[in-house]
Amino acid sequence: MTTTTPTVGVGAQATEPTTRGARVRKRLNSRTATLVSVVIAMLWTIPTFGLFISSLRPENEIKTTGWWTFFSDPQITLENYQEVLFSSGSSGQLASYFINSLAITIPSVLFPLAFASLAAYALAWMNFKGRDWVYIGIFALQIVPLQMALVPLLRFFSTGVTIAGVQILPAWDLVDEQKFAQVWFAHTCFALPFAVFLLHNFISQLPGDLMEAARVDGATHPKIFRTIVLPLIMPALAAFGIFQFLWVWNDLLVALIFAGGGDETAPLTVRLAELAGTRGNEWQRLTAGAFVSIVVPLIVFLSLQRFFVRGLLAGSVKG
Amino acid sequence: MEFDFAAEQPKFLMLMYGLIAFVAVVGGLLLLLDVVPSYFARRREAQLVAASVSGTPLPRRPKQREGAFAFFFLLPTLLLLAVGLVVPAIRTTLLSFMDSSSSNWVGLDNYRWMFAEDSIVRVLVNTLIWVLLVPLVATAFGLIYAVLVDKARFEAVAKSLIFLPMAISFVGASIIWRFVYAYRGEGDQIGLLNQIVVSLGGEPKQWLLDSPLNTFLLIVIMVWIQAGFAMVVLSAAIKAIPADIVEAARLDGTTAWQMFWRITIPSIRPALIVVVVTISIATLKVFDIVRTATNGNYDTNVIATEMYNQAFRYQENGQGSALAVFLFVLVIPIVIYQIRNLRKQREG
Repeated sequence: MTTTTPTVGVGAQATEPTTRGARVRKRLNSRTATLVSVVIAMLWTIPTFGLFISSLRPENEIKTTGWWTFFSDPQITLENYQEVLFSSGSSGQLASYFINSLAITIPSVLFPLAFASLAAYALAWMNFKGRDWVYIGIFALQIVPLQMALVPLLRFFSTGVTIAGVQILPAWDLVDEQKFAQVWFAHTCFALPFAVFLLHNFISQLPGDLMEAARVDGATHPKIFRTIVLPLIMPALAAFGIFQFLWVWNDLLVALIFAGGGDETAPLTVRLAELAGTRGNEWQRLTAGAFVSIVVPLIVFLSLQRFFVRGLLAGSVKG
Repeated sequence: MEFDFAAEQPKFLMLMYGLIAFVAVVGGLLLLLDVVPSYFARRREAQLVAASVSGTPLPRRPKQREGAFAFFFLLPTLLLLAVGLVVPAIRTTLLSFMDSSSSNWVGLDNYRWMFAEDSIVRVLVNTLIWVLLVPLVATAFGLIYAVLVDKARFEAVAKSLIFLPMAISFVGASIIWRFVYAYRGEGDQIGLLNQIVVSLGGEPKQWLLDSPLNTFLLIVIMVWIQAGFAMVVLSAAIKAIPADIVEAARLDGTTAWQMFWRITIPSIRPALIVVVVTISIATLKVFDIVRTATNGNYDTNVIATEMYNQAFRYQENGQGSALAVFLFVLVIPIVIYQIRNLRKQREG
């Protein structure tokens, strides 16, 4: 915890309270306000902080004393991380799952990003029949919970498509690390409605003169898209990219169903949930493991927070 | 046993295949769309030249080919949405009227089962508690905090502290809070909550085993994550309140309390509704927290976890699908409320 004491009521100096009683009351008010905000801030940070401290303490210490005793008896070790990352199967092996998380996340961000920006451009700047209906359709798909798609999509992967006894598409029959492809596919499908919606918000607000001028100069749509639109919507792409990155990296449900539980494909979240279930009291592993899974999104988030907030506001308020 | 890096290589290979596929699909599509139209453009140019040379009337300009272009721009998205979302959603709806092996129609049996089985009714009640509490409490915390730190010193840092849990996975957050709720039968407590209880002279408890309290403790985790979202959106809305309104109110001698209820709340009403609606929908679908913290045991189960259990653990596809459909049905009124609000705003 840093010692932040946010004070409220900067405007208080603007209008000087007239009576002494009012001044006292105002100061009390701002005191209470500060106190409340500090309490909230502490409630929101202490749990994470405790977990972090614990992950650095020796196993025996974690299991027998509270993490707050660290301050009277500091003992630091990196052994928990060493063990949970690199040791064999049952006790962690998180390094392997960390790679899985990366392998799942990167394509799952890139594909929807590209497809959605193409679609959003077409929906915003091309004239064709039924354009509005297509957009409304995609927009409406946002409300379909992904639970609605899980069972049939899994069957689509495992048995293919059969209509009236005729096999139209074969099963994917993926093994081991090939199963990443299923997860990419699922994440891409589920991300598209929101991605199209968010990017359409941005792309449709680009100045129309720009497109018109380019078209008069003989530029085709793909050219306009590549040379004019893409550079201009970079902030929106970044916003959605971060959003999708956090979503995929932190997802449990989709990975659980489409990646399976083995160390060939399962991401960190699946492994951690498993550790929490089967080894719920092995706090030296859980604390270090949780932190391993948190650190990447945290870095992404902190370094790109600006874009993320902008995207969040565009996605939730404008619509 | 040491970590074997060589064993990880197939994964990187697969990742590379994925990236190559990405470049091939997206690049190929753009290339195709670049080459084909310029071919047509050249042909038309040649036609025009030929026509002007021979003196015949100019051929009519071909109809706009934008439709064809748009089709290819939209093709990947529409195809994936159809295969991954629309068709599966329709199939799930059909499956919910069939038995567990999806071979016989059973009518409304799966829905009847949902409301007859005690354990499932419990699941529905729990979900209701979640949906009623999380949006309200998370929005309240977010709003209070946004108002309190508005224009304060260290505002950016103060906001980051609350916002940070948004970057943490639900699984990670559940582990963080399980550690807070941790219980030891003897010796010192290692969980913060039990330590506080003990130091206040109480008896330590196995918090997560104690129904119905445990559901509320899990709700705390969700509130902890979502409050940051509420805070950011509401804080932006508060900053967008026109300064002259605030100034006028202040000159009239309004107290902070009146300012909050008469100026702030009415001004940010649209943002408030958006936040509550968004959090409600996210809460309806909550899965990770319950699964990681209690795995749905001790009467903490919710619809999404039960749906997973039915469909993927017990292979009860009919019942699982019925739960998924029910989840979807629950989302609809929230969305309709949201749309009606948006319309009112546009008119007003």
